[in-house]
Amino acid sequence: MNHHKYRLIIPFLAPAVFLYGLFVLYPYSRAVYVSFTGWRGLSPNMPWVGLANYERLWNDQRFHDALGRNAQLLFVLPTATILIALTFAALFTQGGQAVKGASFYRIVFFFPQVTSAVIVGILWSYVYHPNVGLLNGFLDVVGLDSLQRAWLGDPAIVLWAIVSVAVWSGVGFYMVIFLAAMQAIPSSFYEAAVLDGAGKWRSFRDITFPLIWESVRTSIIYLAIIALDFFVLITVMGGGTSTSISRNAEVAAVYMYDMAFGGNSRWGLASAVGVVLLILTLLLSVVLMRVTRRETYEY
Amino acid sequence: MSIVPSAVEPTPAAVPSQPEGGPPSTVAGKKSSLTDWSVGGITQVLLILWTLLVVMPFLWMIMTSFKTDAEIIHSPWDLPATLQWDNFARAWNEARIGRYFVNTLIVMSMSLTGTLIISAMAAYVLSRFEFIGRRVLFFIFLAGLMFPVFLALVPLSFLLRDLNLTGTYHGLALVYIAYSLPFTIFFMTGFFKSLPGEVAEAAIIDGANHYQVFFQIMLPMAKAGLIAMGIFNFIGQWNQFLLPLVLMPNQDRYLLSQGLQFLAIQQGYGNDYGALFAALVITMVPTLIVYVLFQRRLESGLTAGALKG
Repeated sequence: MNHHKYRLIIPFLAPAVFLYGLFVLYPYSRAVYVSFTGWRGLSPNMPWVGLANYERLWNDQRFHDALGRNAQLLFVLPTATILIALTFAALFTQGGQAVKGASFYRIVFFFPQVTSAVIVGILWSYVYHPNVGLLNGFLDVVGLDSLQRAWLGDPAIVLWAIVSVAVWSGVGFYMVIFLAAMQAIPSSFYEAAVLDGAGKWRSFRDITFPLIWESVRTSIIYLAIIALDFFVLITVMGGGTSTSISRNAEVAAVYMYDMAFGGNSRWGLASAVGVVLLILTLLLSVVLMRVTRRETYEY
Repeated sequence: MSIVPSAVEPTPAAVPSQPEGGPPSTVAGKKSSLTDWSVGGITQVLLILWTLLVVMPFLWMIMTSFKTDAEIIHSPWDLPATLQWDNFARAWNEARIGRYFVNTLIVMSMSLTGTLIISAMAAYVLSRFEFIGRRVLFFIFLAGLMFPVFLALVPLSFLLRDLNLTGTYHGLALVYIAYSLPFTIFFMTGFFKSLPGEVAEAAIIDGANHYQVFFQIMLPMAKAGLIAMGIFNFIGQWNQFLLPLVLMPNQDRYLLSQGLQFLAIQQGYGNDYGALFAALVITMVPTLIVYVLFQRRLESGLTAGALKG
């Protein structure tokens, strides 16, 4: 090719670079600058305050509580989702064979993933509803009415009620990822294992799991990033950002939204929260990639 | 423990469908032992239980959308005595779901078209031309996949205000496009790389210019990839909540997800459960249709995103 190719390259890249730069890169970098200012309210002034916003966050108990909930989600969400998804994926393809009705289950399990988080959130806030809810109704029918409660109204369990919904909606998605990885494993591996006298559990542990580790690892990182967000589900299930439910389940992203748009208009402080989350996301990805690195098996 | 594999027959339909998947296993279990039967039984029970867990809330939602408020409150488990189609009319008109529906369609007709065209052009260049900074640029686009949208919210809302784009259809559409670019470019770059180059080279030799090659040869060849990304972005943009929440403050311009949330909060004060559940059903129907029609393509598109490594 000759240098005339730039007559195509530049106009073809220009719209993407322009929009991405203006609406994605610029706001991210701008947020970093704003986080060092005391900008708030309707004032156009952005007084430079150095690290004051970060200092405030460092000493703010409410922010600590919010980050603490993120830390809990970070542990529970990937663990629960991946364990359940792996179990189903393994049950689907025992020793390289597909279970009866696999494609039907697959379609059903995957569906919550494509449903809007707002629909899922509203729907489940009614499933959990103390009076008209499906869950308490079910407990009543099976005679476990002692377990009935206001699932979202109880500060001790509200976060777990919400994270269960995230697990519920994510399991099918990760199951499909693991299934795709499992299908790439040659069936001769399992035949050899059977000849060697390996049972299903040993086949899974010694053949399947090491060979799909890359997918598991990617899923862990993916779910960890989601655990640092959780804004939509909490806001929707809490009925807004400043309700008691949202406060009891408040994570850093909800706190940030409340500081910015919840009537506080503390743009500088909210941006500092954003930057902290950005750094945590990056750190976490790097750490997880290192921790989960293993020998990869070529086959 | 038995060493004989499960005797379940791998029927073609039951083999999970993945185009690149290997051939169905030929490890045929000739005998089935008691253990296999019980394992198979437990498997089916577990799968059916999870199916119920997924399906029940949705069925309950649909059932509830046809009931009166009195029925919803006093007999949440019973079928509706008569189908309350009026719930849907109230949701569409009084709760303004119809309005939000139209708003969503307006924004998405612009944003989906824009996303596909702009991404395809950029991805084509990134995949088939060597130029200075190509790898860096590709990496910068990829980086956009890492960051949650809410980190950019504060500056973004002020940027749109300064550009007089707050609360406008085209302003929101431009933002949707910008945030859809990373993944769409990533996917389409891979897709263009996988296409054979001979046809394009032959056309160049025949005297076609680069623009003709792109629009008349490469774009039609990339149709399958464009459809996959169209479906993927349809679902993603249809379900978007955070961006309209901040960028569409005027209630006349609310999008569906935002309007639903607004409606749900209102239910806390004045009760119209029937209309709320009807609104949920109305919002879910387009996603359901797209999912049923394009399930396999959507699945591979979504999982490709997670497997980017």
